[in-house]
Amino acid sequence: MSRDGARAPRGGAGFPQGGATYLGMPAFPQAADAATRDGRLRANLRHATHTIRAKRARAVAELDDWARLREAGAAIKDRTLRHLDHHLVRLEEAVTRAGGTVHWAADAAEANRIVTDLVRATGEHEVVKVKSMATQEIGLNEALAEAGIRAYETDLAELIVQLGDDLPSHILVPAIHRNRGEIRDIFRDRMASWGRPAPEGLTDRPAELAEAARQHLREKFLRAKVGVSGANFMVAETGTLVVVESEGNGRMCLTLPETLISVVGIEKTVPTWRDLEVFLQLLPRSSTAERMNPYTSMWTGTADGDGPRVFHLVLLDNGRTDTLADEVGRQALRCIRCSACLNVCPVYERAGGHAYGSPYPGPIGAILTPQLRGLSSPLEESLPYASSLCGACFEVCPVAIDIPEVLVHLRERVAEGGEVTVRGTRTVIRPAKGHATERAAMRAARWAFDHPGALRRGQRILARTRRLQPRRLPGPGRAWTDTRELPAVPAESFRDWWARTRGGTA
Amino acid sequence: MNSDGVNGGGTSRERVLGRVRRALADVPRDERPEDHPVTRDYLRVHGERTPAESLDLLAENLADYRAHVHRVDAPGLPALLARLLAERGARRVVVPAGLPRAWLQDAPVDMLSDTPALTPSELDRVDSVVTGCALAIAETGTLVLDAGPGQGRRALTLVPDHHLCVVRAADQVVDSVPQALERLAPAAARPLTWVSGPSATSDIELDRVEGVHGPRTLEVILVTGDPRSG
Ligand code: SF4
Repeated sequence: MSRDGARAPRGGAGFPQGGATYLGMPAFPQAADAATRDGRLRANLRHATHTIRAKRARAVAELDDWARLREAGAAIKDRTLRHLDHHLVRLEEAVTRAGGTVHWAADAAEANRIVTDLVRATGEHEVVKVKSMATQEIGLNEALAEAGIRAYETDLAELIVQLGDDLPSHILVPAIHRNRGEIRDIFRDRMASWGRPAPEGLTDRPAELAEAARQHLREKFLRAKVGVSGANFMVAETGTLVVVESEGNGRMCLTLPETLISVVGIEKTVPTWRDLEVFLQLLPRSSTAERMNPYTSMWTGTADGDGPRVFHLVLLDNGRTDTLADEVGRQALRCIRCSACLNVCPVYERAGGHAYGSPYPGPIGAILTPQLRGLSSPLEESLPYASSLCGACFEVCPVAIDIPEVLVHLRERVAEGGEVTVRGTRTVIRPAKGHATERAAMRAARWAFDHPGALRRGQRILARTRRLQPRRLPGPGRAWTDTRELPAVPAESFRDWWARTRGGTA
Repeated sequence: MNSDGVNGGGTSRERVLGRVRRALADVPRDERPEDHPVTRDYLRVHGERTPAESLDLLAENLADYRAHVHRVDAPGLPALLARLLAERGARRVVVPAGLPRAWLQDAPVDMLSDTPALTPSELDRVDSVVTGCALAIAETGTLVLDAGPGQGRRALTLVPDHHLCVVRAADQVVDSVPQALERLAPAAARPLTWVSGPSATSDIELDRVEGVHGPRTLEVILVTGDPRSG
């Protein structure tokens, strides 16, 4: 599988490791190559993405103002990002007023240090965790393990991933690459070393597996003194944090412990309470294809006699301000992590989430990871090529992120170099050394020609984004365009023209 | 402990805010935070409904998410609650402060009042919980609890396996998410829990399974008339 060649997860204190070690992953082409040869992985992924895709389309069709909600969602996020400093200061004031403590973390190391110190101050050696991409991004579980603190993942899929010493492969269903038989084996073999063992004679029925997880986790919830979470939204006006979930493990972690520590990316801010009316409609339908997810929790600081007595909010930068500095790439910070773009992406469907080498897989990962981390290694340089530019991701995105536009922009950076912001400082990067990108680009091209449907859609979006295309070809074509102008992309692809004029099927 | 990471001459707070400001060099200096336009031409409500139709839609959407929905008029509420608790064989029932005790007058159960002394482990040994709610949203089939009277701490509706929630049809049903948030704005400082169906997961091959951590069974009682009187 795609973890081949990945650095072995760091061991520590004899703990079984939830190895969120993405560093040292192979670049996208190699990882994708391994994954696409894994037939079972591909079948699992295909089943899952196609199921969610169809359900999502039905849920969205129920709202005849979807396009207007989407516009409003994008506009609210843009409004927030354009004055993010102002909103963050307001948020800090409101959270503090409500009895919380706000911390600022410029990078992953600092965020990990803050959380570790906060847990140590409670005298506890274990924490329960709500699924959170921000804490995966900073490798919090590993940092805590090094400090002798065990972090228990409580989302069912994250539990499967943690017990299996594996990496998440999807934003919404992190264990999408595992089928029921594998999950049964993981529970049977691994649960005992993390707490309550799996029941005798456990079968692979989903209801039985869920029950085993319930029993295993309940003893942890009932004794936990510290909870760690992320958040889907933070309201600057009121200081309210919002967590959207299905299982109730989130409610457990947010409610039962005495201390709650939330690590949240600064881009999760929305200015006003009213803004939630847009996102609480956009998110569930795009994500789980439900009218509303089973549980949404909102809390503002601490409340007397209800829930944690101590609340800490860690505001995380870790490359977000570098992303903000890129006027084209900035829109990636609108993302509400619904995962709709993964489920429609033909490349993700074949490659799987691990190939993207980051907690953010799929189309959003292809534009977010290289921006958060910088175009700093062959993996990040290859990610903007992990796409056929078919445009399906842009069409489903509930906050209208033009992912193809950002991909093309980042490809230009990779191929030609140019100005970027790294850790807050403007720098000029040199063009990537040909090899990785060349191979990635060729692989993407070969794949697209094998899949006429994707190619067709790709041509459409190329036509639509003509003004965004670089005049020089990136990667292998660069030498050729050194002496020539790249011909303009026609307004209509040949196939579309043929279909329109001859009435055939496009 | 100074967790705001003083290093490199300046706190992390200043460093992050400074980076944000530099990153936004393209934003015109005289643009104010509220200037960038947000067009709110989306709908406040999807479709037109009479109150009776909204109640029907709420019932339909709740049931679609596998909540058990019951309808009753105010005088019939105690008998219905007694029957539903008996069907589950519930003996220990926790009730939040502010819940009319008359609702449970017909039920032969041990009533535990919600006090801070009731630990999560003790709640784990309770059979059922009966609460009211702040409001319910018809278009999405959602109950909202805001820790107001009759709703209790969040742990109450989380740990016991069986939750019975009473909704007053006359004044607690709204149509849409925008209407709900508007009504909840004054309660924003209180902890809010939105519940749409019982706890569920689709993490195993996308098969939906109910009851992972929250209550496995959610029963919603839609009451007409005023259940607080009489
Ligand atoms: S980029 Fe858009 S579609 Fe993809 S996860 Fe983010 S919000 Fe969802």
